Amino acid sequence: MTLPVYVQGAWFAGALLFIFGLKGMSSPASARKGIVIAGYGMLIAIAGTFLVPGLKNIALMVAALALGGAAAWISGKKVKMTDMPQMVAIYNGMGGGAAAAIAAIEFAKGDAHSTVTTILAVLGALIGAVSFTGSCVAWAKLQGVLKRAIRLPAQNAVNVLLAANAVGLGIAMVLMAPAQPELIVFFFAVSLILGLIVTLPIGGADMPVVISLFNAFTGLAVGFEGYVLGNPALIIAGIVVGAAGTLLTQLMAKAMNRPLSNILFTPMVASGPGEAISGSMKEVGAIDAAAMMRYASKVIIVPGYGMAVAHAQHKVWEMTSILEEAGVEVKFAIHPVAGRMPGHMNVLLAEAGVPYDKIFDLEEINGEFGQADVALIIGANDVVNPSARTDKASPIYGMPILNADQAQNVIVIKRGKGTGYSGVENALFYTDNCRMLYGDAQPMAGEIIQHLKAMG
Amino acid sequence: MDGLLALYIFMLAAFTGYEIIAKVPVILHTPLMSGSNFVHGVVVVGAMLMLGNADTVLQQAIGFFAVALGAANAAGGYVVTERMLAMFKKKEG
Repeated sequence: MTLPVYVQGAWFAGALLFIFGLKGMSSPASARKGIVIAGYGMLIAIAGTFLVPGLKNIALMVAALALGGAAAWISGKKVKMTDMPQMVAIYNGMGGGAAAAIAAIEFAKGDAHSTVTTILAVLGALIGAVSFTGSCVAWAKLQGVLKRAIRLPAQNAVNVLLAANAVGLGIAMVLMAPAQPELIVFFFAVSLILGLIVTLPIGGADMPVVISLFNAFTGLAVGFEGYVLGNPALIIAGIVVGAAGTLLTQLMAKAMNRPLSNILFTPMVASGPGEAISGSMKEVGAIDAAAMMRYASKVIIVPGYGMAVAHAQHKVWEMTSILEEAGVEVKFAIHPVAGRMPGHMNVLLAEAGVPYDKIFDLEEINGEFGQADVALIIGANDVVNPSARTDKASPIYGMPILNADQAQNVIVIKRGKGTGYSGVENALFYTDNCRMLYGDAQPMAGEIIQHLKAMG
Repeated sequence: MDGLLALYIFMLAAFTGYEIIAKVPVILHTPLMSGSNFVHGVVVVGAMLMLGNADTVLQQAIGFFAVALGAANAAGGYVVTERMLAMFKKKEG
Protein backbone atom coordinates (compact mmCIF):
# COMPACT_ATOMS: atom_id res chain seq x y z
CA MET A 1 0.00 0.00 0.00
CA THR A 2 1.51 3.31 -0.97
CA LEU A 3 0.34 6.20 1.13
CA PRO A 4 -0.22 9.75 -0.09
CA VAL A 5 2.83 11.96 0.15
CA TYR A 6 1.29 14.27 2.76
CA VAL A 7 0.78 11.34 5.15
CA GLN A 8 4.33 10.12 4.66
CA GLY A 9 5.54 13.71 4.97
CA ALA A 10 3.72 14.15 8.29
CA TRP A 11 5.30 11.02 9.71
CA PHE A 12 8.71 12.02 8.45
CA ALA A 13 8.32 15.46 10.03
CA GLY A 14 7.28 13.78 13.28
CA ALA A 15 10.38 11.58 13.38
CA LEU A 16 12.61 14.53 12.50
CA LEU A 17 11.12 16.75 15.21
CA PHE A 18 11.45 13.97 17.80
CA ILE A 19 15.18 13.75 17.17
CA PHE A 20 15.60 17.53 17.24
CA GLY A 21 13.54 17.66 20.42
CA LEU A 22 15.60 15.01 22.18
CA LYS A 23 18.74 16.77 21.04
CA GLY A 24 17.44 20.00 22.56
CA MET A 25 16.85 18.17 25.83
CA SER A 26 20.57 17.51 26.18
CA SER A 27 21.21 20.95 27.71
CA PRO A 28 19.27 22.66 30.50
CA ALA A 29 19.09 25.92 28.57
CA SER A 30 17.35 24.43 25.51
CA ALA A 31 15.57 21.53 27.17
CA ARG A 32 12.17 23.19 27.44
CA LYS A 33 12.26 24.15 23.78
CA GLY A 34 13.21 20.54 23.03
CA ILE A 35 10.07 19.01 24.52
CA VAL A 36 7.88 21.60 22.80
CA ILE A 37 9.48 20.75 19.44
CA ALA A 38 8.90 17.04 20.07
CA GLY A 39 5.32 17.88 21.04
CA TYR A 40 4.71 19.51 17.65
CA GLY A 41 6.19 16.40 16.06
CA MET A 42 3.61 14.27 17.84
CA LEU A 43 0.71 16.52 16.80
CA ILE A 44 1.81 16.50 13.17
CA ALA A 45 2.25 12.72 13.14
CA ILE A 46 -1.22 12.17 14.66
CA ALA A 47 -2.89 14.70 12.36
CA GLY A 48 -1.24 13.07 9.33
CA THR A 49 -2.55 9.66 10.38
CA PHE A 50 -6.15 10.90 10.09
CA LEU A 51 -5.47 11.56 6.39
CA VAL A 52 -4.65 7.92 5.65
CA PRO A 53 -7.20 6.91 2.98
CA GLY A 54 -9.82 4.28 3.81
CA LEU A 55 -9.55 4.57 7.58
CA LYS A 56 -12.56 3.18 9.44
CA ASN A 57 -13.86 3.69 12.97
CA ILE A 58 -12.94 7.38 12.99
CA ALA A 59 -15.47 8.25 15.70
CA LEU A 60 -14.18 5.48 17.93
CA MET A 61 -10.64 6.71 17.29
CA VAL A 62 -11.41 10.29 18.28
CA ALA A 63 -13.20 9.07 21.41
CA ALA A 64 -10.21 6.92 22.43
CA LEU A 65 -7.77 9.77 21.79
CA ALA A 66 -9.87 12.18 23.83
CA LEU A 67 -10.38 9.73 26.68
CA GLY A 68 -6.77 8.58 27.05
CA GLY A 69 -5.30 11.98 26.29
CA ALA A 70 -7.52 13.94 28.67
CA ALA A 71 -7.16 11.48 31.56
CA ALA A 72 -3.36 11.53 31.29
CA TRP A 73 -3.22 15.30 30.73
CA ILE A 74 -5.18 16.02 33.90
CA SER A 75 -3.31 13.51 36.05
CA GLY A 76 0.00 14.80 34.67
CA LYS A 77 -0.90 18.38 35.59
CA LYS A 78 -1.79 17.40 39.14
CA VAL A 79 1.00 15.00 40.09
CA LYS A 80 3.47 16.16 42.74
CA MET A 81 7.15 16.31 41.82
CA THR A 82 8.05 13.72 44.46
CA ASP A 83 5.58 11.32 42.81
CA MET A 84 7.01 11.86 39.34
CA PRO A 85 8.82 8.50 39.02
CA GLN A 86 5.67 6.42 39.38
CA MET A 87 3.85 8.70 36.95
CA VAL A 88 6.55 8.18 34.33
CA ALA A 89 6.35 4.45 35.05
CA ILE A 90 2.60 4.26 34.46
CA TYR A 91 2.67 6.33 31.23
CA ASN A 92 5.47 4.10 30.05
CA GLY A 93 3.47 0.98 30.87
CA MET A 94 0.59 2.34 28.80
CA GLY A 95 2.88 2.72 25.79
CA GLY A 96 3.99 -0.88 26.23
CA GLY A 97 0.38 -1.99 26.51
CA ALA A 98 -0.49 -0.13 23.31
CA ALA A 99 2.36 -1.84 21.45
CA ALA A 100 1.21 -5.25 22.69
CA ALA A 101 -2.39 -4.47 21.71
CA ILE A 102 -1.28 -3.52 18.18
CA ALA A 103 0.37 -6.92 17.87
CA ALA A 104 -2.77 -8.59 19.24
CA ILE A 105 -4.90 -7.11 16.46
CA GLU A 106 -2.27 -8.06 13.90
CA PHE A 107 -2.44 -11.68 15.12
CA ALA A 108 -6.24 -11.63 15.28
CA LYS A 109 -6.40 -10.48 11.66
CA GLY A 110 -4.04 -13.34 10.84
CA ASP A 111 -2.73 -11.70 7.66
CA ALA A 112 0.93 -11.75 8.66
CA HIS A 113 3.04 -10.88 5.67
CA SER A 114 6.25 -12.79 6.22
CA THR A 115 8.15 -14.78 8.83
CA VAL A 116 10.31 -11.77 9.73
CA THR A 117 7.20 -9.65 10.27
CA THR A 118 5.68 -12.31 12.52
CA ILE A 119 8.88 -12.70 14.54
CA LEU A 120 9.09 -8.96 15.19
CA ALA A 121 5.38 -8.74 15.96
CA VAL A 122 5.77 -11.53 18.53
CA LEU A 123 8.89 -9.93 20.03
CA GLY A 124 7.20 -6.55 20.27
CA ALA A 125 4.13 -8.12 21.85
CA LEU A 126 6.19 -10.00 24.43
CA ILE A 127 8.34 -7.01 25.39
CA GLY A 128 5.39 -4.62 25.36
CA ALA A 129 3.28 -6.89 27.55
CA VAL A 130 6.11 -7.36 30.08
CA SER A 131 6.65 -3.60 30.15
CA PHE A 132 2.91 -3.05 30.66
CA THR A 133 2.40 -5.22 33.75
CA GLY A 134 5.91 -4.59 35.06
CA SER A 135 5.40 -0.82 34.95
CA CYS A 136 2.05 -1.18 36.71
CA VAL A 137 3.80 -3.06 39.53
CA ALA A 138 6.53 -0.39 39.63
CA TRP A 139 3.83 2.27 39.90
CA ALA A 140 2.06 0.39 42.70
CA LYS A 141 5.29 0.05 44.66
CA LEU A 142 6.40 3.67 44.36
CA GLN A 143 2.88 4.91 45.05
CA GLY A 144 2.86 2.84 48.24
CA VAL A 145 -0.09 0.69 47.14
CA LEU A 146 2.19 -2.33 47.33
CA LYS A 147 4.09 -2.00 50.55
CA ARG A 148 6.78 -4.61 50.32
CA ALA A 149 8.70 -6.78 47.93
CA ILE A 150 6.95 -10.09 47.36
CA ARG A 151 9.29 -12.98 46.74
CA LEU A 152 8.03 -16.36 45.69
CA PRO A 153 9.86 -19.44 46.86
CA ALA A 154 12.35 -20.32 44.10
CA GLN A 155 11.69 -16.95 42.50
CA ASN A 156 14.51 -17.22 39.99
CA ALA A 157 13.39 -20.67 38.84
CA VAL A 158 9.83 -19.36 38.37
CA ASN A 159 11.18 -16.39 36.40
CA VAL A 160 13.20 -18.61 34.10
CA LEU A 161 10.31 -21.04 33.65
CA LEU A 162 7.87 -18.26 32.78
CA ALA A 163 10.32 -16.59 30.41
CA ALA A 164 11.04 -19.89 28.69
CA ASN A 165 7.30 -20.50 28.39
CA ALA A 166 6.68 -17.09 26.88
CA VAL A 167 9.49 -17.52 24.38
CA GLY A 168 8.33 -21.06 23.56
CA LEU A 169 4.78 -19.85 22.92
CA GLY A 170 6.21 -17.02 20.83
CA ILE A 171 8.13 -19.49 18.68
CA ALA A 172 4.96 -21.55 18.29
CA MET A 173 3.15 -18.42 17.11
CA VAL A 174 5.78 -17.90 14.42
CA LEU A 175 5.83 -21.54 13.30
CA MET A 176 2.06 -21.99 13.24
CA ALA A 177 1.22 -18.56 11.78
CA PRO A 178 -1.58 -17.67 11.45
CA ALA A 179 -1.94 -18.80 15.06
CA GLN A 180 -5.10 -20.18 16.65
CA PRO A 181 -6.96 -17.77 18.97
CA GLU A 182 -6.28 -20.04 21.97
CA LEU A 183 -2.55 -19.85 21.36
CA ILE A 184 -2.68 -16.06 21.03
CA VAL A 185 -4.58 -15.67 24.29
CA PHE A 186 -2.25 -18.07 26.07
CA PHE A 187 0.84 -16.26 24.75
CA PHE A 188 -0.39 -12.88 25.97
CA ALA A 189 -1.45 -14.27 29.35
CA VAL A 190 1.99 -15.77 30.01
CA SER A 191 3.76 -12.58 28.82
CA LEU A 192 1.64 -10.38 31.08
CA ILE A 193 2.20 -12.66 34.07
CA LEU A 194 5.94 -12.68 33.35
CA GLY A 195 6.11 -8.88 33.72
CA LEU A 196 4.20 -9.11 36.97
CA ILE A 197 6.25 -11.89 38.55
CA VAL A 198 9.63 -10.49 37.52
CA THR A 199 8.91 -7.05 38.97
CA LEU A 200 7.15 -8.02 42.21
CA PRO A 201 10.25 -9.02 44.21
CA ILE A 202 12.29 -5.94 43.24
CA GLY A 203 12.77 -3.48 46.09
CA GLY A 204 11.61 0.13 45.96
CA ALA A 205 15.12 1.57 45.87
CA ASP A 206 15.99 -0.44 42.76
CA MET A 207 12.88 0.85 40.99
CA PRO A 208 14.61 3.73 39.16
CA VAL A 209 16.70 1.24 37.21
CA VAL A 210 13.66 -0.91 36.53
CA ILE A 211 11.59 2.03 35.26
CA SER A 212 14.46 3.03 33.01
CA LEU A 213 14.72 -0.55 31.72
CA PHE A 214 10.98 -0.77 30.97
CA ASN A 215 11.22 2.58 29.21
CA ALA A 216 13.81 1.05 26.91
CA PHE A 217 11.60 -2.05 26.53
CA THR A 218 8.59 -0.05 25.43
CA GLY A 219 10.79 1.81 22.96
CA LEU A 220 11.93 -1.47 21.42
CA ALA A 221 8.37 -2.83 21.35
CA VAL A 222 7.18 0.30 19.55
CA GLY A 223 10.08 0.02 17.11
CA PHE A 224 9.26 -3.62 16.29
CA GLU A 225 5.55 -2.93 15.84
CA GLY A 226 6.60 -0.03 13.61
CA TYR A 227 8.31 -2.57 11.36
CA VAL A 228 5.21 -4.74 11.33
CA LEU A 229 3.09 -1.75 10.32
CA GLY A 230 5.70 -0.57 7.81
CA ASN A 231 5.88 2.79 9.57
CA PRO A 232 9.41 4.29 9.73
CA ALA A 233 8.34 7.01 12.19
CA LEU A 234 7.49 4.36 14.77
CA ILE A 235 10.69 2.47 14.04
CA ILE A 236 12.86 5.55 14.46
CA ALA A 237 11.13 6.91 17.56
CA GLY A 238 10.98 3.46 19.17
CA ILE A 239 14.55 2.44 18.50
CA VAL A 240 16.00 5.85 19.45
CA VAL A 241 14.22 5.56 22.79
CA GLY A 242 15.21 1.91 23.12
CA ALA A 243 18.89 2.73 22.66
CA ALA A 244 18.73 5.82 24.85
CA GLY A 245 16.88 3.95 27.58
CA THR A 246 19.38 1.11 27.52
CA LEU A 247 22.24 3.56 27.97
CA LEU A 248 20.43 5.37 30.78
CA THR A 249 19.74 2.04 32.51
CA GLN A 250 23.41 1.12 32.33
CA LEU A 251 24.47 4.51 33.70
CA MET A 252 22.14 4.09 36.68
CA ALA A 253 23.11 0.52 37.42
CA LYS A 254 26.74 1.62 37.32
CA ALA A 255 26.08 4.49 39.70
CA MET A 256 24.62 2.01 42.19
CA ASN A 257 27.46 -0.39 41.52
CA ARG A 258 24.97 -3.18 40.95
CA PRO A 259 24.95 -5.07 37.68
CA LEU A 260 21.50 -5.23 36.09
CA SER A 261 21.32 -9.00 36.52
CA ASN A 262 21.88 -8.42 40.21
CA ILE A 263 18.97 -6.02 40.48
CA LEU A 264 16.64 -8.35 38.62
CA PHE A 265 17.61 -11.61 40.24
CA THR A 266 18.97 -11.05 43.76
CA PRO A 267 17.51 -9.04 46.61
CA MET A 268 19.88 -6.61 48.30
CA VAL A 269 20.96 -7.94 51.67
CA ALA A 270 23.37 -6.58 54.22
CA SER A 271 26.16 -9.13 54.17
CA GLY A 272 27.35 -8.88 57.72
CA PRO A 273 28.55 -5.80 59.51
CA GLY A 274 31.75 -5.35 57.51
CA GLU A 275 34.77 -3.92 59.27
CA ALA A 276 34.27 -2.80 62.84
CA ILE A 277 33.88 0.95 63.12
CA SER A 278 35.65 2.75 65.94
CA GLY A 279 34.65 6.04 67.51
CA SER A 280 31.23 7.33 68.45
CA MET A 281 28.50 9.51 67.00
CA LYS A 282 28.65 13.07 68.29
CA GLU A 283 25.54 15.22 68.50
CA VAL A 284 25.31 18.89 67.72
CA GLY A 285 22.53 21.47 68.24
CA ALA A 286 20.89 23.54 65.53
CA ILE A 287 22.49 26.74 66.84
CA ASP A 288 26.03 25.35 66.57
CA ALA A 289 25.28 23.96 63.14
CA ALA A 290 24.03 27.39 62.08
CA ALA A 291 27.15 29.07 63.44
CA MET A 292 29.48 26.61 61.71
CA MET A 293 27.90 27.37 58.36
CA ARG A 294 27.47 31.11 58.93
CA TYR A 295 31.20 31.57 59.53
CA ALA A 296 32.33 29.16 56.84
CA SER A 297 33.56 30.37 53.49
CA LYS A 298 32.33 27.34 51.58
CA VAL A 299 29.46 24.95 52.31
CA ILE A 300 28.49 21.93 50.23
CA ILE A 301 25.00 20.53 50.76
CA VAL A 302 24.39 16.84 50.02
CA PRO A 303 20.64 16.24 49.78
CA GLY A 304 19.20 12.72 49.73
CA TYR A 305 15.75 11.31 49.26
CA GLY A 306 15.13 11.79 52.98
CA MET A 307 15.08 15.54 52.34
CA ALA A 308 12.40 15.14 49.68
CA VAL A 309 10.30 12.84 51.86
CA ALA A 310 10.42 15.49 54.59
CA HIS A 311 9.48 18.19 52.02
CA ALA A 312 12.43 20.20 53.29
CA GLN A 313 13.75 21.43 49.93
CA HIS A 314 12.08 24.86 50.17
CA LYS A 315 13.46 25.46 53.65
CA VAL A 316 16.89 24.28 52.54
CA TRP A 317 16.86 26.76 49.66
CA GLU A 318 15.77 29.55 52.02
CA MET A 319 18.69 28.66 54.30
CA THR A 320 21.02 28.66 51.29
CA SER A 321 19.89 32.14 50.28
CA ILE A 322 20.56 33.51 53.78
CA LEU A 323 24.03 31.96 53.81
CA GLU A 324 24.79 33.38 50.38
CA GLU A 325 23.73 36.85 51.44
CA ALA A 326 26.17 36.53 54.32
CA GLY A 327 28.90 35.83 51.79
CA VAL A 328 29.15 32.05 52.12
CA GLU A 329 29.66 30.08 48.94
CA VAL A 330 27.05 27.29 48.81
CA LYS A 331 26.92 24.41 46.35
CA PHE A 332 24.71 21.35 46.04
CA ALA A 333 26.25 17.95 45.42
CA ILE A 334 23.97 15.31 43.92
CA HIS A 335 24.72 11.63 43.79
CA PRO A 336 23.52 9.97 40.56
CA VAL A 337 21.05 7.75 42.41
CA ALA A 338 19.72 10.37 44.84
CA GLY A 339 15.93 10.26 44.69
CA ARG A 340 13.79 7.61 43.10
CA MET A 341 14.93 8.15 39.53
CA PRO A 342 18.18 9.34 37.96
CA GLY A 343 18.23 13.10 38.25
CA HIS A 344 15.08 13.13 40.40
CA MET A 345 16.79 15.21 43.10
CA ASN A 346 17.61 17.88 40.53
CA VAL A 347 13.95 18.17 39.64
CA LEU A 348 12.98 18.47 43.32
CA LEU A 349 15.59 21.18 43.92
CA ALA A 350 14.52 22.99 40.76
CA GLU A 351 10.95 22.96 42.05
CA ALA A 352 12.14 24.62 45.26
CA GLY A 353 13.76 27.34 43.11
CA VAL A 354 17.41 26.30 43.30
CA PRO A 355 19.12 27.46 40.09
CA TYR A 356 20.72 24.59 38.20
CA ASP A 357 24.13 26.28 38.05
CA LYS A 358 24.47 25.67 41.82
CA ILE A 359 23.88 21.94 41.43
CA PHE A 360 26.81 19.66 40.68
CA ASP A 361 27.13 15.96 40.08
CA LEU A 362 29.60 13.56 41.56
CA GLU A 363 32.52 13.98 39.16
CA GLU A 364 32.22 17.76 39.12
CA ILE A 365 32.24 18.33 42.86
CA ASN A 366 34.14 15.47 44.45
CA GLY A 367 37.43 17.34 44.19
CA GLU A 368 35.98 20.34 46.04
CA PHE A 369 35.04 18.71 49.36
CA GLY A 370 38.65 19.15 50.52
CA GLN A 371 38.28 22.95 50.32
CA ALA A 372 34.84 23.04 51.94
CA ASP A 373 34.51 24.14 55.56
CA VAL A 374 31.22 22.37 56.03
CA ALA A 375 29.51 19.51 54.25
CA LEU A 376 25.83 19.45 55.22
CA ILE A 377 24.19 16.08 54.63
CA ILE A 378 20.40 16.03 54.64
CA GLY A 379 18.59 12.72 54.44
CA ALA A 380 21.39 10.96 52.58
CA ASN A 381 23.30 8.00 53.91
CA ASP A 382 24.83 5.28 51.72
CA VAL A 383 25.97 7.76 49.08
CA VAL A 384 28.40 9.40 51.53
CA ASN A 385 29.62 6.25 53.27
CA PRO A 386 33.43 6.14 52.98
CA SER A 387 33.31 2.35 53.51
CA ALA A 388 32.40 2.15 49.84
CA ARG A 389 35.97 3.29 49.11
CA THR A 390 37.87 1.36 51.76
CA ASP A 391 36.02 -1.63 53.19
CA LYS A 392 36.11 -4.56 50.78
CA ALA A 393 33.72 -6.52 53.02
CA SER A 394 31.01 -3.88 52.77
CA PRO A 395 28.06 -4.68 50.50
CA ILE A 396 28.34 -1.23 48.98
CA TYR A 397 32.09 -1.51 48.35
CA GLY A 398 32.97 0.00 45.00
CA MET A 399 29.92 2.23 44.70
CA PRO A 400 31.05 5.73 43.71
CA ILE A 401 30.33 8.06 46.63
CA LEU A 402 30.44 11.76 47.39
CA ASN A 403 33.60 12.46 49.38
CA ALA A 404 31.83 14.45 52.08
CA ASP A 405 34.23 13.03 54.67
CA GLN A 406 37.02 15.17 53.20
CA ALA A 407 35.36 18.42 54.27
CA GLN A 408 36.68 20.21 57.39
CA ASN A 409 33.42 19.61 59.20
CA VAL A 410 30.49 17.38 58.40
CA ILE A 411 26.98 17.98 59.72
CA VAL A 412 24.40 15.26 59.22
CA ILE A 413 20.68 15.98 59.57
CA LYS A 414 19.08 12.64 60.19
CA ARG A 415 15.90 11.39 61.82
CA GLY A 416 17.50 8.69 63.94
CA LYS A 417 20.50 6.45 64.30
CA GLY A 418 19.33 3.85 61.75
CA THR A 419 21.23 2.65 58.74
CA GLY A 420 20.58 3.50 55.09
CA TYR A 421 18.73 1.46 52.52
CA SER A 422 21.60 -0.99 52.22
CA GLY A 423 21.48 -1.72 55.95
CA VAL A 424 25.15 -0.80 56.30
CA GLU A 425 26.53 1.27 59.17
CA ASN A 426 27.92 4.55 57.92
CA ALA A 427 31.55 5.00 58.98
CA LEU A 428 31.30 8.71 58.22
CA PHE A 429 29.00 9.28 61.21
CA TYR A 430 31.72 8.02 63.55
CA THR A 431 34.58 10.18 62.31
CA ASP A 432 36.03 13.00 64.43
CA ASN A 433 34.91 15.83 62.18
CA CYS A 434 31.31 14.66 61.93
CA ARG A 435 28.41 15.98 64.00
CA MET A 436 24.89 14.57 64.06
CA LEU A 437 21.84 16.83 64.11
CA TYR A 438 18.92 14.56 64.96
CA GLY A 439 15.48 15.56 63.79
CA ASP A 440 13.15 15.89 60.82
CA ALA A 441 14.80 17.74 57.96
CA GLN A 442 12.10 20.38 57.59
CA PRO A 443 11.82 21.67 61.19
CA MET A 444 15.60 21.36 61.56
CA ALA A 445 16.23 23.53 58.52
CA GLY A 446 13.65 25.92 59.96
CA GLU A 447 15.53 26.10 63.26
CA ILE A 448 18.83 26.71 61.50
CA ILE A 449 17.18 29.54 59.55
CA GLN A 450 15.96 31.12 62.81
CA HIS A 451 19.46 31.00 64.28
CA LEU A 452 21.03 32.34 61.10
CA LYS A 453 18.61 35.26 61.09
CA ALA A 454 19.42 35.97 64.73
CA MET A 455 23.13 36.09 63.87
CA GLY A 456 22.40 38.70 61.20
CA MET B 1 8.78 -2.54 3.91
CA ASP B 2 12.01 -3.92 2.52
CA GLY B 3 13.53 -5.95 5.36
CA LEU B 4 17.09 -4.86 4.76
CA LEU B 5 16.13 -1.21 4.55
CA ALA B 6 14.39 -1.52 7.93
CA LEU B 7 17.56 -3.05 9.34
CA TYR B 8 19.50 0.05 8.25
CA ILE B 9 16.91 2.26 9.93
CA PHE B 10 17.17 0.17 13.12
CA MET B 11 20.93 0.55 13.14
CA LEU B 12 21.02 4.28 12.49
CA ALA B 13 18.25 4.99 14.99
CA ALA B 14 20.07 3.01 17.67
CA PHE B 15 23.24 5.03 17.13
CA THR B 16 21.29 8.26 17.12
CA GLY B 17 19.64 7.42 20.43
CA TYR B 18 22.94 6.45 21.98
CA GLU B 19 24.73 9.59 20.79
CA ILE B 20 21.98 11.96 21.91
CA ILE B 21 21.84 10.57 25.43
CA ALA B 22 25.56 10.05 25.94
CA LYS B 23 26.08 13.81 26.20
CA VAL B 24 23.22 14.63 28.54
CA PRO B 25 24.20 15.91 32.00
CA VAL B 26 22.94 13.96 35.02
CA ILE B 27 20.73 16.85 36.10
CA LEU B 28 18.52 16.22 33.07
CA HIS B 29 18.21 12.47 33.41
CA THR B 30 14.71 12.48 34.90
CA PRO B 31 13.17 14.89 32.37
CA LEU B 32 15.00 13.03 29.64
CA MET B 33 13.62 9.66 30.68
CA SER B 34 10.20 11.21 30.79
CA GLY B 35 10.85 12.95 27.46
CA SER B 36 11.91 9.75 25.74
CA ASN B 37 8.88 8.15 27.36
CA PHE B 38 6.81 10.80 25.58
CA VAL B 39 8.50 10.08 22.25
CA HIS B 40 7.56 6.40 22.25
CA GLY B 41 4.01 7.63 22.73
CA VAL B 42 4.09 7.84 18.93
CA VAL B 43 2.82 4.25 19.25
CA VAL B 44 -0.58 5.98 19.19
CA VAL B 45 -0.10 6.42 15.42
CA GLY B 46 0.28 2.67 15.03
CA ALA B 47 -2.71 2.08 17.27
CA MET B 48 -4.81 4.46 15.12
CA LEU B 49 -3.81 2.57 11.98
CA MET B 50 -4.84 -0.73 13.56
CA LEU B 51 -8.15 0.62 14.83
CA GLY B 52 -8.71 2.17 11.40
CA ASN B 53 -8.48 -1.28 9.83
CA ALA B 54 -10.31 -3.21 12.54
CA ASP B 55 -13.14 -5.39 11.19
CA THR B 56 -14.65 -7.28 14.10
CA VAL B 57 -15.96 -5.98 17.41
CA LEU B 58 -13.10 -7.68 19.24
CA GLN B 59 -10.53 -5.96 17.03
CA GLN B 60 -12.32 -2.65 17.54
CA ALA B 61 -12.27 -3.14 21.30
CA ILE B 62 -8.56 -3.93 21.38
CA GLY B 63 -7.90 -1.08 18.97
CA PHE B 64 -9.84 1.36 21.14
CA PHE B 65 -7.85 0.19 24.14
CA ALA B 66 -4.57 0.60 22.21
CA VAL B 67 -5.39 4.14 21.00
CA ALA B 68 -6.48 5.23 24.49
CA LEU B 69 -3.29 3.84 26.06
CA GLY B 70 -1.09 5.35 23.37
CA ALA B 71 -2.78 8.74 23.69
CA ALA B 72 -2.33 8.61 27.47
CA ASN B 73 1.35 7.77 27.03
CA ALA B 74 1.84 10.73 24.70
CA ALA B 75 -0.26 13.30 26.56
CA GLY B 76 0.94 12.33 30.04
CA GLY B 77 4.56 12.11 28.95
CA TYR B 78 4.38 15.56 27.41
CA VAL B 79 2.73 17.27 30.37
CA VAL B 80 5.06 15.96 33.05
CA THR B 81 8.19 16.58 30.99
CA GLU B 82 7.16 20.12 30.18
CA ARG B 83 6.32 20.80 33.83
CA MET B 84 9.70 19.56 34.99
CA LEU B 85 11.69 21.43 32.39
CA ALA B 86 9.81 24.67 33.02
CA MET B 87 11.28 24.63 36.54
CA PHE B 88 14.91 24.50 35.48
CA LYS B 89 16.17 28.03 35.84
CA LYS B 90 19.52 29.71 35.89
CA LYS B 91 20.35 32.22 38.57
CA GLU B 92 18.09 35.30 38.52
CA GLY B 93 15.89 33.41 36.06
